[in-house]
Amino acid sequence: MPDKPMIAIEGVNKFYGIYKALDNVSLDIAAGEFFSLLGPSGCGKTTLLRSIAGFDTPTEGDIRIDGQSVIGVPPNRRPTNMVFQNYAIFPHLNVEENVAYGLKRLKLDAAEERRRVAAALEQVRLGHLGKRRAHELSGGQRQRVALARALVMRPKVLLLDEPLSALDKKLREEMQVELRTLQRAVGITFILVTHDQYEALALSDRIAVMFGGQIAQVATPKEIYQRPNTRQVADFLGGMNFMKARVTNETATRISVETPRFGGVTVDKPLGFVARNGAATIGIRPERLRVLWDDAHSDFEVAGKVVDRHYFGEITHLIVDIPGLEQPLSVSETNNFGADDIPVGDTVRLAYDPDALVAVAD
Amino acid sequence: MAVLSGTGVEHRPADPPKSRTRWIASEEASGLALISPTLLYALALLFLPVLIVIAYSFWTQDYLTIDRTFTLQNYRTALGEPIYQDLLLRSLVISLVVSVVTVTVSYPIAWFISFHGGVHKNLWLFLITVPCWTSYLLRVMSWKVILGYGGVMNTGLLSIGLIDKPLTTLLYNSNAVVITLVHSWAAFAILPIYVSLEKVDRSLIEAAHDLGDNKLMSFLRVTLPLSLPGVISAFLIVMIPTVGDYVTPKLVGGKDGVMIATAIQAQFGKGANWPLGAALSVTTMVVVSAMAGLVVLALQLLVKVTK
Repeated sequence: MPDKPMIAIEGVNKFYGIYKALDNVSLDIAAGEFFSLLGPSGCGKTTLLRSIAGFDTPTEGDIRIDGQSVIGVPPNRRPTNMVFQNYAIFPHLNVEENVAYGLKRLKLDAAEERRRVAAALEQVRLGHLGKRRAHELSGGQRQRVALARALVMRPKVLLLDEPLSALDKKLREEMQVELRTLQRAVGITFILVTHDQYEALALSDRIAVMFGGQIAQVATPKEIYQRPNTRQVADFLGGMNFMKARVTNETATRISVETPRFGGVTVDKPLGFVARNGAATIGIRPERLRVLWDDAHSDFEVAGKVVDRHYFGEITHLIVDIPGLEQPLSVSETNNFGADDIPVGDTVRLAYDPDALVAVAD
Repeated sequence: MAVLSGTGVEHRPADPPKSRTRWIASEEASGLALISPTLLYALALLFLPVLIVIAYSFWTQDYLTIDRTFTLQNYRTALGEPIYQDLLLRSLVISLVVSVVTVTVSYPIAWFISFHGGVHKNLWLFLITVPCWTSYLLRVMSWKVILGYGGVMNTGLLSIGLIDKPLTTLLYNSNAVVITLVHSWAAFAILPIYVSLEKVDRSLIEAAHDLGDNKLMSFLRVTLPLSLPGVISAFLIVMIPTVGDYVTPKLVGGKDGVMIATAIQAQFGKGANWPLGAALSVTTMVVVSAMAGLVVLALQLLVKVTK
C-alpha cells in the first residue's frame, strides 16, 4: 500500500432513521487499484459507493479523494464518475451526445470534443455506433456507452455499481475481461460494487467483503479466498467445510488445534478470533480435498462413505460422510479420473494438504 | 432438423388467407369488432357534425332557406372583415397567453408533486382535482366575486391600504378572461406534466449530476426535455379548447374580452347566418391546428437548442 491513498475512508457511519447502513467503515484504496466491494444485497456496499460519488452523505466520518475531503462536495464537483447499475443512458440523446454530455460543461473547442468522444468510443469498441439512440442498443452496448461516458471525463476514480449484473452469463464474462483490460489501459482507480464473488475474484486487485454495513475483510482475491477471516466471508466466497476443533495452544498470531479427523495442526489466527469453550472453527475448501484412487497413498488422508453426488460438467461434488465429523464433507473433484462415476454408497479415501486448513472467526 | 421443419410446413395454411371466413377469424377483425361501437359513436357524433359544418360553410343563407350552390363568399367575409380578423386574433392571443401561463404555473406544481410529493403524491393530486368537482360555470362566477368592484380582491387591497378606491380594471377585460381560464385549466395541465415527470428515470438525473451538471443544468438538459411530451400535451389540452371558449369571455370578459366563439354563436343564433358561422368555425379550427403544430415545433426546437 503506497503512503498516500487515492481514497481514504475514515470512520464512516450512515444512518437511515435507526437503520445503520454503514457501520464505522474505514478503508484506504490506492491510486490505480481495481478495488471491489463485495457482499450480499443490503450489506451497504452500494451506500458506500454512493457516498464516494456524493449521492449519499455519511452521517459521520470523513471521505478523502486524492487528499481532499469531499464531505459536503456535490457529485458534480467530485473527481469521480459513475457507471450506474441500469447504465442511465440519456434516452433523448444518441450515443455520441451521451458520451459528450459531461464534456459540454468543459467548453472544449468542437474539434477537441469530437476527438475525445471518438477516442472514448473507440476505447470501448463502439466507434461505429455513434449515431444510435439508447433504445437501439443491446445491454452490452449500453454498458459500453456508460463506460465511455464516464471515462471521457478522465476521472481520478471510476465507480461501477453492479455494472455486469444485468447481462447474461456469456456476455458478462466477456465484459469482465474487457473491464480488466480497460482498467489496465487507462490506469485509473476502479471501484466495483458486486454481489458476484467470481466477478470480484477475477477482476480485483483487492476485495473488501461487507456484511451488515461493516467491512469484514479486505485482502487480495487469493488471500480472501484461501484465508478468510470469518466463517461468513468464507461462506460468501464459495463452499467451505467447517468443523469444530479443540484449541491446544494459542499465541498472538497462531493457534494450534486438535481436529476430529484431520489431526493436530497449527494455523494462522484470524482477526477477531476468540476461542469459545476452548474450541475453534476450522475450514477447508471442497477443492482442496482430493479423491485417492486405487493404491495411491497420502500422508494426510481421511476416509468416508459417499452419500450424495452432484454433477456440474467439468467437476462433480461428492458429499462424503466421515465418521466422527458433525457434517459430511463436500468434495469438489474434476471429472478427469471418473469422479462422476463413483457410486453413492462407496467408500472413498480423501487426501488433503494440512496447509489448506484455516481457522475462521465465528 | 429436417423432420422439425417438415412438420412446420404441415401446420402452415395451405394458401394465403384470402377467403372471407378466414378474415373474420383474424386478430384484425376481432380488434375492429371490439372498437366498432366506440368508433361508430365517434363517427356519428364527431365527424358527421364537423362534415356538416364544413358543408354549410360553402353554402349561402337565403333568408329562411339554404342556397346549396358552392361559394367561397363566407370565407371571404370570415377572413376579410376586420371585426372577425380582430376577434380571431384576440382569441388566439388570449388562448396562447392562457396556455403559456397555465403551463408555466402548472410545471412547478407538477414537478414538486413528482419530486418532493413523497408518500403524499396521491393526496396532492386529489387536492388539485377538488375545484373541478363544482360546475365550470360556478368556478367562472366565483371569479366575478373575487375580481368584481366590491369583490374580495378590491376589499382586500383597500383594507391593507394599497389602493384608495376599488379598481375597475380587474373585471370585464381580457386579463380577467386569462386569469379565469388559467385557473379552470390548471388541473388539466398539471396532470399530463406530472405523468411525464414521473416517467423520468431518477438515475438519469443522478447521471447528469455525476457528469458535472448542477441542479439547474440537469433540469434543463435532462428533466425538461424528457418531460416535454407532457408539456406539449398540457399546452394543447389548454390551448385548443380555450380558443373557442364561450362561457368565460361572456361572463368575465366584458366588451374587451369578447372572443371568436361569441361571434360564431351570434351567427348561428340571432344573426341566423349558419353558413357564415360555419365558415368562422372552420377558419378557427384550421388556424388553431396550424398554431398547435407551430407550438409543438417551437418547443422541440427550444429543447434542441438547450441540449
